[in-house]
Amino acid sequence: MQRRIVSLWFPRMASDRILRANPISAPFAVTSHEKNTERLYCLNRQALRLGLVPGMGLSDARALCPELLTQPSDLHADDRFLKLLARWADRYCPWVGFDGHDGLLLDVTGSTHFFESEADLLADIHERLTSYQLNVRSGLAETIGAAWAMSHFSKGVIQAGQLKTALSPLPVAALRLDDETCATLQRLGLRTIGDVLAIPRATLGRRFGLPLMRRIDQALGDQPEQINPASPEMSYAARLSFPDPIGLYDDVMAGLERLLNRICEKLKTQEMGTRILLITCQRVDQASVQVELRLARPMREAASILPLFERSLREIDAGFGIDQIRLKALTIEPLPLKQLEASSTPEKKNDALSDLITRLGSRIGLEKIKCFQPAESHIPERSFTVSPAAYCEPEGQWYSKTSRPLRLFPPETIGGSERSPPSTFNWRRMKFSIANATGPERICPEWWMDDPNWRSGLRDYWRVETTEGRRLWLFFTPQNPAWYVQGEFA
Amino acid sequence: MTKLEQVFPLQAQRVHEVCGAGAFSFAAMACGQVDATILWLQSGWQTEQLNPTGLTQFVSPKKLVMVHADTHKDLLACSEDGLRSGAVSLVICEVTQKLDLTAGRRLQLAAEEGGSTGILIIPEGAGSNATQTRWHCSPIFEGGHTSNKNLTLQDWQLIKNKSGTLTNWKVYWDAKTHRVIVVSEDGK
Repeated sequence: MQRRIVSLWFPRMASDRILRANPISAPFAVTSHEKNTERLYCLNRQALRLGLVPGMGLSDARALCPELLTQPSDLHADDRFLKLLARWADRYCPWVGFDGHDGLLLDVTGSTHFFESEADLLADIHERLTSYQLNVRSGLAETIGAAWAMSHFSKGVIQAGQLKTALSPLPVAALRLDDETCATLQRLGLRTIGDVLAIPRATLGRRFGLPLMRRIDQALGDQPEQINPASPEMSYAARLSFPDPIGLYDDVMAGLERLLNRICEKLKTQEMGTRILLITCQRVDQASVQVELRLARPMREAASILPLFERSLREIDAGFGIDQIRLKALTIEPLPLKQLEASSTPEKKNDALSDLITRLGSRIGLEKIKCFQPAESHIPERSFTVSPAAYCEPEGQWYSKTSRPLRLFPPETIGGSERSPPSTFNWRRMKFSIANATGPERICPEWWMDDPNWRSGLRDYWRVETTEGRRLWLFFTPQNPAWYVQGEFA
Repeated sequence: MTKLEQVFPLQAQRVHEVCGAGAFSFAAMACGQVDATILWLQSGWQTEQLNPTGLTQFVSPKKLVMVHADTHKDLLACSEDGLRSGAVSLVICEVTQKLDLTAGRRLQLAAEEGGSTGILIIPEGAGSNATQTRWHCSPIFEGGHTSNKNLTLQDWQLIKNKSGTLTNWKVYWDAKTHRVIVVSEDGK
């Protein structure tokens, strides 16, 4: 099927966007700050009529036109606006791509028959966009290059098979060339596309290289060019407005259940699961309360998520009543469908544990629930790591070491400077006498890691049995002679 | 006279208390008796930490889920949630303040509902009357001089028992068979 492409160009998008919100019937300009000066960036029609041009310094423009109103540019807002327009353009075709920061490309192949003719399609676009107070120029052709040329340097439709004749009278800049190539072509007397096409390809190629050849081929359809549509943004959110404000816990829960069902259905079709859910309750007095639920595993079953909300929902202050509830899944993770196994008991148990972690997390914070992971280090404090249980699986191999204590604490000094263990010592206001001491086990600090606790140099560890019964882990630092207690055995 | 087999492994669906210098060893040995996930709760400000490398001879650290609560209230609330959920078979909570009867009873009811066992590690004399059993554990010196002997000899005193008499045991942990071995028994 013959491809049909629409190119839309919004020549004054930045100023149109601002003037849509605050209509002004006076010269208006959007300025941008570049190279330490304010320059005009985008002008409305009245300003253009007064002889101002984009790129002009703001002070020059003020001298020409003292009543000029200006506003600084906001490129991010412009991009967001263009995204909105791209979504709006979905009404004409599903395949909408961006063209720089001020244009859209629509692949309307196969959807033009909804209008009487292709010209009617463009007329419809113009009519709607003009009613939104936007300036737009458009072109329709079978290639992106030709449609772009039409929208920027002419207007209307190029019928199938008439590319060459339609493009010939247009200036060379319509080939989407950089300024330098355009200037060179003009200097050589090649002012229109027709002039360029009349030159033998080999000559052009030798003089201007690949870029020009590629642009010509793309415009004439000899070389394919794709439109990259923006990926659709899936938003997992639902909203419920009430005719009368509600305030009872059960009512809010019932409303939440409806919202949750809607979101979960969507998640299910997309094979996704949610990690963080946010409820926003809009109150009658215009205040809003937000509650966040962090889940310990991606989930999408409304029935199992709902009970997890219980605790946090009870804490909501409904005030004079809640008008509207909005539920949004903030973090989404892929959660593919799983085949049920005959022995699904261990899986189920894990789910129950994740639910417990979520429940505890909603009370004290998900990051305070941890699990141990083994680490490769001889340093006792670094022989394991603690990481949030919700975001990692317990894995790795643990090696049984009877020579390591059950409890570890920051080293507590017990004095003494002898190399051999002291026969008696005081620790935590208790008197101990050593019956057996096994050691030393020398552990060196890791030089590649600067640990302030290990500044005292290497350590000789001793397992000590006291006659009082307690079995302690002592160490001696030969480089700064002193004895410390760091752990207790079982 | 109560035999150790009657009271240890600890009675399920109940909350037990343990105090003394060997309380952590007692808890670790109790962990070694269960097969499922264990919830271990402590206050976030505590600098004394469980060392998973040292724990491996009793139980694989993979089975542990650690919870660091900020306040005493959170700690008890999380223990209650854990006991009630039934997702874990053993909940160990390091309590640093005195427990009142209400707190103890609530935990007991939660344990009954969820079918899991609870162990509260308490400071000496800070227990509540709702507990099923209370133990006082202290490590004892074994005597002799060998470098590779098993250093887990403990004195376990049952100082409160709702369904039996009070007894003393001298026990040690056998890492190979994962069992608590009774050395000697004497009645009280």
